[in-house]
Amino acid sequence: MLEKALYGDRKYWMWIISLTGVMVIGGLFYLHQFRNGLTVTGMSRDVTWGLYIAQFTFLVGVAASAVMVVLPYYLHNYKAFGKITILGEFLAISAVTMCVLFIVVDMGQPFRVINLFLHPSPRSMMLWDTVALMGYLLLNVLISRVTLSAERKGIAPPHWIKPVIILSIPWAISIHTVTAFLYSGLAARPFWMTAVLAPRFLASAFASGPALLILVCLILRKVAKYDVGREPIQKLAVIATYAMCANVFFFLMEVFTAAYSNIPEHMAHFEYLYFGLGNHHALVPWMWTSAALAVLTLILLLNPKFRAKENLLVVACAALFASIWIDKGMGMVVTGFIPSTAGQVHEYFPSVTEIFVALGIWALGILMVTAFYKIALSLRRSAA
Amino acid sequence: MPRDFNRIVLGLAVFLALVLTPVWTNLFRSVPPLQDPEIATRNIPGKDKCVLPSVEMKVTHMNLLNQWRDSVVRNDQRDYATADGRHFDMSLSRTCMNCHTDKAKFCDRCHNALAVNPYCWDCHVEPLVQPASMGTEVR
Amino acid sequence: MMDRRDFMKYAGLSGLSLASIPLLKKLSAAELPQGSSHATKQLAMVVNLRKCLELDNCTKCIEACNQTHNIPLIDNPDDNIRWIWKERFDRAFEDQEHEHLTESIRWSPLVVMCNHCENPPCVRVCPTQATWKREKDGIVMMDWHRCIGCRYCMAACPYGSRSFNWRDPRQHLAKIQPDYPTRTKGVVEKCTFCDERLSRGQLPSCVEACSEKALTFGDLSDHKSEVRELLSSAYTIRRKPSLGTGPQVYYIV
Repeated sequence: MLEKALYGDRKYWMWIISLTGVMVIGGLFYLHQFRNGLTVTGMSRDVTWGLYIAQFTFLVGVAASAVMVVLPYYLHNYKAFGKITILGEFLAISAVTMCVLFIVVDMGQPFRVINLFLHPSPRSMMLWDTVALMGYLLLNVLISRVTLSAERKGIAPPHWIKPVIILSIPWAISIHTVTAFLYSGLAARPFWMTAVLAPRFLASAFASGPALLILVCLILRKVAKYDVGREPIQKLAVIATYAMCANVFFFLMEVFTAAYSNIPEHMAHFEYLYFGLGNHHALVPWMWTSAALAVLTLILLLNPKFRAKENLLVVACAALFASIWIDKGMGMVVTGFIPSTAGQVHEYFPSVTEIFVALGIWALGILMVTAFYKIALSLRRSAA
Repeated sequence: MPRDFNRIVLGLAVFLALVLTPVWTNLFRSVPPLQDPEIATRNIPGKDKCVLPSVEMKVTHMNLLNQWRDSVVRNDQRDYATADGRHFDMSLSRTCMNCHTDKAKFCDRCHNALAVNPYCWDCHVEPLVQPASMGTEVR
Repeated sequence: MMDRRDFMKYAGLSGLSLASIPLLKKLSAAELPQGSSHATKQLAMVVNLRKCLELDNCTKCIEACNQTHNIPLIDNPDDNIRWIWKERFDRAFEDQEHEHLTESIRWSPLVVMCNHCENPPCVRVCPTQATWKREKDGIVMMDWHRCIGCRYCMAACPYGSRSFNWRDPRQHLAKIQPDYPTRTKGVVEKCTFCDERLSRGQLPSCVEACSEKALTFGDLSDHKSEVRELLSSAYTIRRKPSLGTGPQVYYIV
């Protein structure tokens, strides 16, 4: 099955080679970080997590969002998603792989990662997040493999896979919930310590994931001449619309609670995000961009006439994806540390090394998606 | 000739090159010949015998050090009693290296030849020359 | 007859199940961290600010600690290592600060360190039990052999008491004290109430170094101890007690 990824035209290979090139560059930058320590990043004793963990958090959401195609297709027998379920599952596999890599590159002692399993601590949310992510990865590898090979043989998938698929639905919810628990259980960080964090994570995931999938489907139509049809794309757009509304709603809840109660430790983080504290306002332009993009997204998505036009839908999906990438990635993670526990403001800027390592991991993820989709589409074509 | 013969050979070559990385990188490295460690010690009265017979130490010193580490760090148990009733302070730098003072001859000789890189000395401090007698008091 | 595909499948599955054995074993062995109720002792520190602030710019305790524990001197405050250090009152006690506070206190730098909490959030979050609360005396310990450098404990600590080795600390050590290890890059470190000195029957080096006798160290469960006497005779405050961490460093204002 894997050999299908080895047959492609010139453009396909150029794409693969350029992604590999970015990966190699990222790898070299990682080597630099590995030799010299995390001092080559922009992180500091006050802001101890940065770009890497931000990307990790965002990508857990992308992985979890596969459930938005799996659930309608398998639970509600919504046939229109038949062509894209596998795309969602492959996206999830790639996203989880990227998550794991982002955790590893963030570690001070990556060779000791085995200690997670040799000395597990059941009280640590990080252990449960590892268990949840690994389980989710296995589930999706199993499901996509079994369903795809059945499809190749032109037979129905075996019956035993159905309960596994059903299990993957709550499991998807759990990975993002536990990821939110990593943050929301910390008394030291008032910005994260909010019960609405997990719901908000899920809402933003279920908005950004389908938006990404729409974009991917439209790209596939262009470059691979593979048309999933109009209906699933429009349905995904509706899902993204509802989820984005929920996301914005949850965010406004947070703002109200912080602003009306006016507890300084809670307010300070929002002030830093949107107005800056003193001379420190690195994230302000980003956050307003994110907010503006969110408004644009809602205008375009909420109106069915706009949503129905595919070129406007592309704009809406790209805007939505960017808005959440900013807000949930850097905005959410870094701001938890600013101001610090002693009320100090130390800003964070990702270093060149960090950016290239992150790009390398993204390139690997995109390469995985490309190869997986190549396999799936080749199988479908030869079956048709 | 089978289909894709050239590609298969190329793929195999790349695979072998990757898998055999440890072999071919070592070809270009000058590896010191394997020598016996210098066990000669400073003579400390009452400490003329190691915690275990040297045959055993050669094979299991790493396990013993791991046990000592866990015992001291995690359980705050620092006293090691040998089978014949002698007592030692469980400490790499204060006990082991107090007798075997020369890290280069005692540790590195074998480790380098066998290409093992224990990370002990990333943190623990090797004795400079001849350390002042410290920390080997019998409990 | 097993074909290549099946072989790969079964090999993968057996590998996975083998890999999960240690995890399951460890989890079932119930090596659960013990709560403070089991602690037979609870070591604590009382900082008498009246005495401490008497000498301006005194850093004897900090220097003693730095030397004893091979703490590198990194100029950049953004990534230096601190076990015991000075924090201004308005930062250490953010929730106690107000604009009419006596000037002598408000801007005063006072010594802070790991609070060796009764209910330490760093221990709760550590995924490898590289940091744990010692049952016999309540010290929040660190195992630098085991730390994977995920820095989750730093996110969880409300006091900024944990430092990460962003780089190799040895390059920033003018003199290495051979009796104590340095650390390696990529691990988190912090004050351990000088556990290594305690087990040799000595006091923590900061306490020993203070010429003003502003630092008192002892066992809170012993009602005749010096720390208990101090706590019952003077008004003391702790850092962020409302978070429920139960900090064990007390300040006489």
